[in-house]
Amino acid sequence: MNRRDTLKALGLTAIGSTVLLNSCTTDSKTSKKIGKEDLKEAPGREAFELERINRLNSEVFFDKHEMATLTILVDIIIPKDDVSGSATDAGVPDFIEFIVKDLPGHKLPMRGGLKWLDMQCLRQFNNTFKDCTESQQIELIDEIAYPNKAKPEMAQGVAFFTRLRDLTASGFYTSKIGIEDIGYKGNTPNRWEGVPAEEIIKYKL
Amino acid sequence: MKEFQIKKSTKKYDAIIVGSGAGGGMTGYVLANAGLNVLMLEAGPFFDPIIDSHQLKWPWESPRRGASNIRPFGDFDAAYGGWELDGEPYTKTDKTEFEWFRARMLGGRTNHWGRISLRMGPNDFKGKSYDGQTDDWPISYDDVKPYYDKVDRLIGVYGSKEGMESEPDGIFLTPPKPRLTELFIMDGAKKAGVKVLPGRGSVLTEKLPGNEDRGVCFFCGQCGRSCKVYADFSSSSCLVIPAIRSGNLEVISNAMVREVLTDKDGKATAVSYVDKGDMQEYQVEGRIIVLAASACESARILLNSKSNNHPNGLANSSGIIGKYLHDSTGVSMTGFLPQLMDRKRYNEDGVGSVHIYSPWWLDNKKLDFPRGYHIEYWGGLGMPSYGFGMNTPVLNGMVPDRQGNRKEAGGYGKSLKDDYRRFYGTEIGLAGRGMAIAREDNYCEIDPQVVDKYGIPVLRFHYKWSDAELKQAKHMQETFAEMLDAMGAIGTSQAKGPEEQYGLLKPGEIIHEVGTVRMGDDPKTSALNKWNQAHDCKNLFVVDGAPFVQQGDKNPTWTILALSMRTAEYILEERKKQNLS
Repeated sequence: MNRRDTLKALGLTAIGSTVLLNSCTTDSKTSKKIGKEDLKEAPGREAFELERINRLNSEVFFDKHEMATLTILVDIIIPKDDVSGSATDAGVPDFIEFIVKDLPGHKLPMRGGLKWLDMQCLRQFNNTFKDCTESQQIELIDEIAYPNKAKPEMAQGVAFFTRLRDLTASGFYTSKIGIEDIGYKGNTPNRWEGVPAEEIIKYKL
Repeated sequence: MKEFQIKKSTKKYDAIIVGSGAGGGMTGYVLANAGLNVLMLEAGPFFDPIIDSHQLKWPWESPRRGASNIRPFGDFDAAYGGWELDGEPYTKTDKTEFEWFRARMLGGRTNHWGRISLRMGPNDFKGKSYDGQTDDWPISYDDVKPYYDKVDRLIGVYGSKEGMESEPDGIFLTPPKPRLTELFIMDGAKKAGVKVLPGRGSVLTEKLPGNEDRGVCFFCGQCGRSCKVYADFSSSSCLVIPAIRSGNLEVISNAMVREVLTDKDGKATAVSYVDKGDMQEYQVEGRIIVLAASACESARILLNSKSNNHPNGLANSSGIIGKYLHDSTGVSMTGFLPQLMDRKRYNEDGVGSVHIYSPWWLDNKKLDFPRGYHIEYWGGLGMPSYGFGMNTPVLNGMVPDRQGNRKEAGGYGKSLKDDYRRFYGTEIGLAGRGMAIAREDNYCEIDPQVVDKYGIPVLRFHYKWSDAELKQAKHMQETFAEMLDAMGAIGTSQAKGPEEQYGLLKPGEIIHEVGTVRMGDDPKTSALNKWNQAHDCKNLFVVDGAPFVQQGDKNPTWTILALSMRTAEYILEERKKQNLS
């Protein structure tokens, strides 16, 4: 196989490239329903995998209130800064809606955790989390964001926030915005020639 | 037409091969290219990496962002299947554990494997002669060496000549250079007295001489997804598909084999299978039958192939089939290198196999466990996937922040977002893969009560680690902790005590299971002769991991390839002499 054939196999030449890449895509962001006629046209996937994604996309787990709360929370965890946009800019709430259905072990702790959070806020501030002021929200988050110094009575909140923080990071850094932010440079044909010379000097290797 | 009948094909093949992984693929390749009319039965769908690989996809192209709940090695991994298959259970007895990984697809597990391609050494074949701790193979390294050489030339493997007797050199392509994390690992290893070598992997880091069908590696590091340009070894792309092109090999996919049929003289005549598409029963006839369905599946087929001539199952007059099941041991530890925080970004994907590894470097005669292990390493600026950054809110409490102050672990907001960047590319892992001793009392057998959805009786496993594996695991943990310390890393995994078997993974989890239809000179203690030919049935062969008497700490694939090539050439010779008909 010469270089041109190699690129062609990867779908990187003009001819045929879009057809190949599009047909391989199971992008959930388009939330396109994959019908029986599409199954044959989705290479590298077993039918049950596509049926599962199709089914999960047709279900709704979080209600409006929960989703509004989540949206505020994920942007507290990963806000917009000088480098990149926020978690919601990267579509994290939609990712979380999908992943709790796909990994159903997340369902109860997420739903219950959101409820726990609202109850704490009602008790302390007489409002649900979403309707608290920003400073009230942060006051509560400060009590559950640091596992080693949180008070014992906040332990359930810590467990919830830790889970949500991990899901938020997963959703954000696997998005286009997040990959650019973190600076991952790979996933493209290249030639690996070893660690750059200036790095060898920098680390005295 | 009756609703349920067995459909018999009228064509008689020179050979029928069950399974399309390393052993089946190699046997099919050799026999088809020698002009035999070959039929291959595969329990899963057709798979061609050029069409079916998920290579170069981005994490957002998976709705689960690469999570491993459906495919155990992540959503882009090439393997169809896993430790659990819908409607195809297996059972365990005496509260023992065994996890059975099955990839049902053309090429089997070779589509996603780590491509780590190590030869077994002279002592690995002759453990009994060496110290009496393990059984001898009926063949020696010298018998296999010419086939290792031919496999190296046919398929390609990178590595470096080292002249270590226990780690025989091959015919090597250029190995990839180490990544930054690997340079630190090498430094730590040196201080801890652990040997490190350039990796050995079946990835074409340069053009394979004489081969025009395969591309050269372009360093995406995604061998686990299988390679669209065929630059790594998958049985599908490198053996089966070329064999189909010869015009002499046909594949029936989604064919779940039930049993091997024999005639009144006990000779193998046909294979019966269920077509997973129409759920009908089929029989195909062959002059030679070759099983390559994986160590446990081949044992299952033989044990389920009972007849008057073979009442214990085919080729099982010894009662040995299923016994001596053994998988490699596995222990891992992780850490991060604080000196690499805020590191420069560049593409260090490299190859999808190992850039460096540690061969077993110590003398067991001076240790309290009889057999050793090799070490594989990971780390670097990898592509983010589900689970990314999970450790960051823990690690950020272990080191000073940008201003040099102690930071509370956890957090949120701009400061946490900065930490995700700071720690990216600092994490590393050390994974030991050791030699487990093949024992008669670790086995699989037919469960007398349970069948799968095709009505085929299933396997029941019985497997326990022994003192040899536990002490080896303990040594791995101690070594890894010492290495992490020596390279200036902070450990992020807790060493496990005896109550958790020193972190030893469950048998089956390393997916190197072999030994269930072992070879030997004595028909009373082995099922196959030294050519992988059944003692009890001369036109029946087994060419996957099942014939292994005792694997080394080396990954078994290269040895499966060498032995199946040797068997295929033997079949051609014996056929010429009309010894198989």
